[in-house]
Amino acid sequence: MKLPFWLRPVLFIAVLLAVWQVAIDRHPGQLLPAPTGVALGILDLIRHGLLLKYVVASLFRVTWGFGLAALTAIPLGLMLGWYRRGEMAFYPLVQVFRPISPLAWIPIAILWFGVGDLAAIFLIFVGCFFPLLLTAMSAVHNIPAVYINAGRNFGLSSSAFVSRVLYPAVVPQLLTGLRITLGIAWLVVVAAEMIAVSSGLGFLIVDARNAGNRYDLVVAGMVMIGVIGLLLDLVMRSLERVRSFHWSTSEG
Amino acid sequence: MASAEIVAEAAGTASKLRIQHLGKVFERDGEAVSALEDINFDVSAGEFICIVGPSGCGKSTLLNVLAGFLSSTSGSVTIDGEAVSGPDPRRIMVFQERGVFPWLTVEGNIAFGLSKLPRAEREERVAHYVQTVRLQGFENAYPSDLSGGMKQRLQVARALAVNPDILYLDEPFGALDSITRVIMRGELLRIWQSERRTILFVTHDIDEAVQLADRVVVLSSRPARIKDILTIDIPHPRNISSPRYLQLRDELLKQIGLAYEI
Repeated sequence: MKLPFWLRPVLFIAVLLAVWQVAIDRHPGQLLPAPTGVALGILDLIRHGLLLKYVVASLFRVTWGFGLAALTAIPLGLMLGWYRRGEMAFYPLVQVFRPISPLAWIPIAILWFGVGDLAAIFLIFVGCFFPLLLTAMSAVHNIPAVYINAGRNFGLSSSAFVSRVLYPAVVPQLLTGLRITLGIAWLVVVAAEMIAVSSGLGFLIVDARNAGNRYDLVVAGMVMIGVIGLLLDLVMRSLERVRSFHWSTSEG
Repeated sequence: MASAEIVAEAAGTASKLRIQHLGKVFERDGEAVSALEDINFDVSAGEFICIVGPSGCGKSTLLNVLAGFLSSTSGSVTIDGEAVSGPDPRRIMVFQERGVFPWLTVEGNIAFGLSKLPRAEREERVAHYVQTVRLQGFENAYPSDLSGGMKQRLQVARALAVNPDILYLDEPFGALDSITRVIMRGELLRIWQSERRTILFVTHDIDEAVQLADRVVVLSSRPARIKDILTIDIPHPRNISSPRYLQLRDELLKQIGLAYEI
């Protein structure tokens, strides 16, 4: 029997939920809320209009932090990748900053921007900037020399060369880098919201615990984070499938 | 040779491409490695030149210098009396592999060098060269959907579309299977005979050279020097089992230093 591709994971999740429910029913305790409790928690959030508000707040921060990082890191990375001398000067600095967790920036972020959206956006920006910079740099290095020579051969101006050869040649790698980095942004926003702001899904989790140990809401928040992360990844993947974006150097 | 050159210049029919005392030295790990040494030859307009030599001898380096992708360390390359200083759309290189842009369709690739033309003229030119290389029906296909031979035809079409006076082909059929290679030779000859461009064709395939070229430039192993320039005085279509063909083929094999028997 051939199942639709989405049915298998859905069935698997249903089985896991059932096991979870049965386990909690048999051993009620404080370890974890039951799936029904979590579902009621989500309904509760929807009824109070909090779910949409928090999701929008989190997405707003991710959009700005991720967007600003993409707008700055990608052009800079492409430039550094192209001009090797610039890269040689920059690379050690990048490698020093890269292993610093974005969370280590939290005190600095609050010092500079206070408690609020700006601090959270800054943290996401920092978390996305270096991975994107490195992706863009290596994407340029990986352009087959043949494309560059072919492009130069037809007498393109520098700007035409960038838009018609350099940019399309790096798009597949950039998209993969953007997809992975968007995942990082989504991780960072939750952490940032636990400390730097008073809205969003990260705030929901901390707040639900602090305000009376509502673990059903904690898990509800976690579930929403997971589901939205999955949706973001699906959107990026569908971009990768666009025909003129998706080509690999092996089939060129 | 020297007297012929003087006569040609006096008559005002100087050659299309003139290579004089060309040398190229690479810097590798701080050491100077000589790739080309004292290369001299002239190519007249419309001529089909094959450049053969042992693999790694510097054939491709020579072509890259002629096309302006690499600069020479000594000597000069002039085309119509003008020194080559960089890549130029008047001379297009066809690469062995991956030469077409995978993010563009067949039409997009052919139109790549035509962005300055008015739309109607561009479309006409694209349609013409789709016909020339027999890719009708694949106008909107991406390179990943084309066979190796079709991709090479597409590269030739993209090159011809900008109306270059010289085509440089760097082992263009080297990655194709032997049957496709023979078909492609026929196609290239047909195109060359109808379009009459000057062609410089690098190959390591002796048969390919004798089948295609007016003259074959034989290079020595690294550093490449000219060993001999052989004129292939057989009219097209060439009978590849004629005594003259076999004689020239043997002569070339001997030049390259290969035995007659395996």
